[in-house]
Amino acid sequence: MRFSFSRLFAVLVKEFVQMRRDRITFAMMIGIPIMQLLLFGYAINSDPKNLPTLVEMADQGPVSRAVLMGMQASEYFDFIGIVTGQEEGDRALRDGTANFVIVIPPNFERDVVRGLHPEVLLSADASDPAAAGGAVGAISGVIDTAIRETMTGPLRYAATGAPPFTVTVHRQFNAEGRTSTNIVPGLLAIILSMTMVMITAVAIVRESEKGTMEALIATPVRPFEVMLGKILPYILVGYVQTFVFLLAANYLFDVPFIGSRLAFFAGFNLYIIVNLALGFLISTVAKSQMQAMQISFFTILPTILLSGFMFPFAGMPGWAQTIGSAVPATHFLRLTRKVMLKGADMTDISTDMVNIGIIMVVIVAVALRRYRQTLD
Amino acid sequence: MTQTEMAISVRGLTKIFGKRTVVDHFDMEVPKGAIYGFLGPNGSGKTTTIRMMCGLLIPDGGEGSCLGYDILTESHAIKENVGYMTQRFSLYEDLTIRENLDFIARMFRMKDRRKHVDQALADLGLADRAGQLAGTLSGGWKQRLSLAACMIHKPRLLMLDEPTAGVDPKARRDFWTEIRRLAASGVTVLVSTHYMDEAIQCDYIAYIAYGKKLISGRAADIPDKIGLVSWRVEGPDIGKLEAELRATEGIGQVARFGAVLHVWGTDADALENIVAEQKKRRIHSWRRQKAGLEEAFIYLMVDAPDNFSVGAGG
Ligand SMILES: Nc1ncnc2c1ncn2[C@@H]1O[C@H](COP(=O)(O)OP(=O)(O)OP(=O)(O)O)[C@@H](O)[C@H]1O
Ligand SMILES: [Mg+2]
Repeated sequence: MRFSFSRLFAVLVKEFVQMRRDRITFAMMIGIPIMQLLLFGYAINSDPKNLPTLVEMADQGPVSRAVLMGMQASEYFDFIGIVTGQEEGDRALRDGTANFVIVIPPNFERDVVRGLHPEVLLSADASDPAAAGGAVGAISGVIDTAIRETMTGPLRYAATGAPPFTVTVHRQFNAEGRTSTNIVPGLLAIILSMTMVMITAVAIVRESEKGTMEALIATPVRPFEVMLGKILPYILVGYVQTFVFLLAANYLFDVPFIGSRLAFFAGFNLYIIVNLALGFLISTVAKSQMQAMQISFFTILPTILLSGFMFPFAGMPGWAQTIGSAVPATHFLRLTRKVMLKGADMTDISTDMVNIGIIMVVIVAVALRRYRQTLD
Repeated sequence: MTQTEMAISVRGLTKIFGKRTVVDHFDMEVPKGAIYGFLGPNGSGKTTTIRMMCGLLIPDGGEGSCLGYDILTESHAIKENVGYMTQRFSLYEDLTIRENLDFIARMFRMKDRRKHVDQALADLGLADRAGQLAGTLSGGWKQRLSLAACMIHKPRLLMLDEPTAGVDPKARRDFWTEIRRLAASGVTVLVSTHYMDEAIQCDYIAYIAYGKKLISGRAADIPDKIGLVSWRVEGPDIGKLEAELRATEGIGQVARFGAVLHVWGTDADALENIVAEQKKRRIHSWRRQKAGLEEAFIYLMVDAPDNFSVGAGG
């Protein structure tokens, strides 16, 4: 006996009929996301430190070095490398390797001394304004102090009065620095994870709790048919949620969508599946619908707190980043922000796709191992 | 009898939940075409045993076959050919009667599904209520629907776990007529029950208590196997005598069948003494008789303590 499409179809039909008759759950699946979207749409602020920063250094003098040291000492910036051209810096900003690129122009030191007010350029990934905000606000003062401390002796004259240089901040991807522009794309990750995981877990556990599992598995149905039949209908729910979300993002919050639609489509499909698989896994542990709900809720905490949704990922301590990396939402959140705000395409999101893929393989493997088609 | 004539043949079936052995080295041989009654007090392990035989629970020990398929390795083939009716209502309450039957029929990939579903609905007498949600049926009707559902794919072996619990007498009579008709056509029926009038209709009986099989065999042989001694008492004021006997030590069991009193037990000597005592009074006529099935079942069922108390204690 092998996989049977007619049985899968029967399970699907049954699930849809049950879903249709369960009005409250159905309303929740659509209502909760809208609620969340409205509630979280408001700003959440924070002042993160140690954000990855790249340097483009066209001047190597002591003043330039003092500027970098001053930035490092401010704790806002964490220098992770050197770039040699604008393109390289932009790429790092887009794929999220760095939050900032600082460009020290050629002959910076000489121009400072001559009082020519040279321009330091700070390119910031402002798609997450909370992450960029503090650093951007502080940069001018930080550089000023650093330079004044170096300029001693005969050069002191240059250090008095107005700062002997200008900082130009170049906000990329979210020029106005609006928080909702950043929060809203992240919300999709949270909403999908919250509802998808819980709904599947509860729907499957309901079979055992109501006793219908016994009649179901007394038939020749295969585990895979049950799993697919239970999961597929909820993929559709995920589609509806995503659609509602995109409408709201566009019309209520004016969030742009400048990236590749295909990349987004691929990403959210994978993300929906990984969450459904997680729900399936939870259903193999939970004994009752109540437990399934509680365990699902438990997985939502790291999703909200450690994914970079609430607090910028780069600003979190190492252990939190490690846990955060295991959370699918972390990668999907990056993916959505990249696509919606930074105009990313398929190649830009490949790392995130791979990461979600790895998490999914692990979850599915454990779930299928745990799933027993008996009442034991 | 040889292996091939057995619809069910299991040996040493054992199931342990936590530290409790719920079914303990259970053997059972069910001949093809037989109606096999499975008796035992609440919590004795009937449901657990049936679940192991149709592949819903993995036994912790033992082996055997159902319809020639190994219960450990071929549970899929078993499920294709067995109709299992669960003790607890386990169809979907939020699906209609027709949707439930249709779902089960699809699970068995039946040809002419619609025709069989319609037929089942007509047999049930539910054709005009087919669109009603199963959850809104009365308890007895739920039982009847479950029964129809587990038979819809025309299985060769039926395992019915207390199929008539809560079903009214007329429906029960119809049910047993149907069971006998099926058995006559070669279907094997294993049925667990707490009703004596149903046990009496079975060809074979197995009695289980505390997870251990106490006795099994042809129904007609059961009283002898237990070793029952029975007396038949007639005479005036039978009600007073009944009360008196019930209060007597070592009497075994007493029951009234109309104007006649039956007194039976396994301790022949103790009974003999009491009877000798009674005979001296010359009020009633005492006659030794061959113990019947009724007496055997009352002996087995009425006095058995609920197995749950012991179970719960560990
Ligand atoms: N999944 C389980 N986990 C733990 N214990 C169980 C489980 N299923 C059954 N039991 C225990 O096993 C024992 C036998 O239960 P079972 O349901 O087989 O009895 P039964 O003979 O069918 O009783 P009844 O006549 O009440 O239906 C009971 O004590 C019960 O508590
Ligand atoms: Mg039972």
